[in-house]
Amino acid sequence: MKHIISALVENKPGVLAQVAGMFAARAFNIDSLVVGRTEDIKLSRMTIVVIGDDKVVEQVRKQLAKVVPVVKVQDFVGQPVVARDLMLITISTPPAKRPEIQSLIEMFRGKVVDIGQKFITAEISGPEEKIEAFINVCKPYGVKNVARTGTIAMPRQAKS
Amino acid sequence: MTSKKGTSAGSSGKSSIKSGAQIIVDTLIEQGVDTMFGYLGGVVLPLFDRLYDAPINFVIPRHEQGGCHMADAYARASGKVGVVVATSGPGACNLVTGLATAMMDSVPMVALTGQVRTELIGNDAFQEADTTGITRPVTKYNCIVKDVKDLARTIREAFHIASTGRPGPVLVDMPVDVQVARCVPDKSDKIKLPGYKIRTKGHSRQISKAAAAINKSKRPVLYVGGGVISANAADELRTFAKKANLPVTMTLLALGAYDQHEKESLDMPGMHGSAYANYAIQECDLLIAVGARFDDRVTGKVKSFAPNAKIIHVDIDPSSISKNVQVDIPVVGDAKEILPALSEKVKHIARKEWFNKISNWKKKFPFRYDNNTSSIKPQYVIEEIYHQTDGDAIVTTGVGQNQMWAAQFYRFSKPRRLLTSGGLGTMGYGLPAAIGAQVAKPDATVIDIDGDHSFNMTMTELRTAVENKLPIKVCILNNSYMGMVRQWQELFYNKRYSKSYLSNPDYAEVARALGAVGITVDKKKDVPKAIEQMLSEKNPCVVDFRVEKEENVWPMVAAGKSLDEMSGLDILESMA
Ligand SMILES: Cc1ncc(C[n+]2csc(CCOP(=O)(O)OP(=O)(O)O)c2C)c(N)n1
Ligand SMILES: [Mg+2]
Repeated sequence: MKHIISALVENKPGVLAQVAGMFAARAFNIDSLVVGRTEDIKLSRMTIVVIGDDKVVEQVRKQLAKVVPVVKVQDFVGQPVVARDLMLITISTPPAKRPEIQSLIEMFRGKVVDIGQKFITAEISGPEEKIEAFINVCKPYGVKNVARTGTIAMPRQAKS
Repeated sequence: MTSKKGTSAGSSGKSSIKSGAQIIVDTLIEQGVDTMFGYLGGVVLPLFDRLYDAPINFVIPRHEQGGCHMADAYARASGKVGVVVATSGPGACNLVTGLATAMMDSVPMVALTGQVRTELIGNDAFQEADTTGITRPVTKYNCIVKDVKDLARTIREAFHIASTGRPGPVLVDMPVDVQVARCVPDKSDKIKLPGYKIRTKGHSRQISKAAAAINKSKRPVLYVGGGVISANAADELRTFAKKANLPVTMTLLALGAYDQHEKESLDMPGMHGSAYANYAIQECDLLIAVGARFDDRVTGKVKSFAPNAKIIHVDIDPSSISKNVQVDIPVVGDAKEILPALSEKVKHIARKEWFNKISNWKKKFPFRYDNNTSSIKPQYVIEEIYHQTDGDAIVTTGVGQNQMWAAQFYRFSKPRRLLTSGGLGTMGYGLPAAIGAQVAKPDATVIDIDGDHSFNMTMTELRTAVENKLPIKVCILNNSYMGMVRQWQELFYNKRYSKSYLSNPDYAEVARALGAVGITVDKKKDVPKAIEQMLSEKNPCVVDFRVEKEENVWPMVAAGKSLDEMSGLDILESMA
């Protein structure tokens, strides 16, 4: 089962290495890990997606909390959350296909962020499934490049 | 006193400007440090200059690994934080085994390492190593200090983290320019650790649940780990076990937490544990784990471990709970607070049937060996040491058969008397550990019960004992083999003793060359006399016991077997 774990960590050098090292040493699999600043300059938020049974994820949560600069750990499983990924995707686009692809991007509420003779780069955000779906519909045209963030998430009516 | 250039006056008036190195020394003293271990090198020279006339007893090992084990054993014997210093690069790398040893056994230590100048970091400078990177998985916490203003606070944080919660080693890496830089230290610079919270008081509902389960249990077993010793909770343990009337089994790291001479003691469980502890665990209806971590050497096959038992687990480290074995009643907190809370709520229940059963197992399967031989049995040597020291020595060990026999045949009545590398199983721990323990307890009888090959790994430290006039005793159970490896090859590899036999030097000669006393014993009748002489020596003393070469440790739960599938019980019974 997929768990989105959110960890507030001290904004200090070495923290990412400590967290990543712990995951590797304990043989936990990370599906994605996103780090970014928060409203408090002393804290960063790591959003980590792990796949595992409850026992494994329980250990992940406890081991994360044990890392000294980790201030708070939440597992969002079972809670209503807003979860989003962001993707930049470059699609091969012969001029004749341009309108077709542009309308696809619109359908997915994306944005064209770069355009050339033979390609379009689009920005798509949303739940992971939507991102996957967009990649799939683009495949027949030729996907040249994909850059994705991992998932970030907030509980609905968040009080963090 | 005003500080002048070229004088040694580094520590002058209260708010004067000070060098980083002086701040380090001042902060160590503020933290109560009076003893340190460590080795020199280019980038720790500023620190060593400030240590030149500091009121700190400084022991220099012959290898940083030795120094690290010394600081570790100093901590285990005294309950204080052990401190070790090393230079950058090779010095720091040599600490790794010692740090991992301390980490696995939850020993409070602070390691201070020098680092190349801040502006050279990352340039593959001479003697540069990524020390925080290398030691991250073998420390409870580590960090590098890049600003002299952060030094004092970081060292305070290191001591706090090392010694609280589940203790462990903390490393602080300090570039040489930070040791030289100067600032006015801020005495009020308190620790800032928003992510470090320790729960010491147990949840009262969990404690009540646990007490109710204990009061209901017909066949309980108390399973005690090293955490009880870290928590200094041996007295609280005793009160609790006596009040609730519980049989007590202690892991290797906990031997002595409960007096092994008491009728409740089941001694050590697990792979080479007692048959009575293992049977009791397998048949109990309630297992009360306190400060133990369900290590695979204790549990055997996890799936069939304590199959009939409800499990209570008291531990200060929440991540220990339900890590290996699913727990029914977790209680997170400090054993020193939770055991008295439990004692208040438990009733004394006779449990005659259960204790009868246990005492029958004890009668049937005590630790035994066949002493009707002309050769010297290693177990006999340990029994003799035990008797001659009235069971009151501090014992350190190597790893292998020597370690298991020490655990089986020396009976401990007090905590902090057996110092052994349990979790990591580090050969070479015994000798430096004896040195560290003797430094911590100058008046104690400290005996390293060692294996020949374990001793080979760090024997250079004998000179450290000589130089510091530490009257440690080393008893080498010399079987020429990597005995425990040979035992596995005998049992699981068809007696193909591949590469496990090595020729040894004459250890008595080695001892003498290094300035210690050396005794060789190759006749059984000389064993008591040699031990007597060893105990009366005022100098470090090595006794080379040429023991039976192919003796095995019994009983044994082979890797992957259940605790009640012990081999060697027939052999033990045939000796009765
Ligand atoms: C540093 C290290 N290397 C290897 C091992 C694996 N090992 C475990 S016991 C053992 C043999 C120990 O031989 P010795 O010290 O002579 O003790 P004995 O078993 O003979 O009493 C070995 C090689 C270890 N525990 N530690
Ligand atoms: Mg040997």
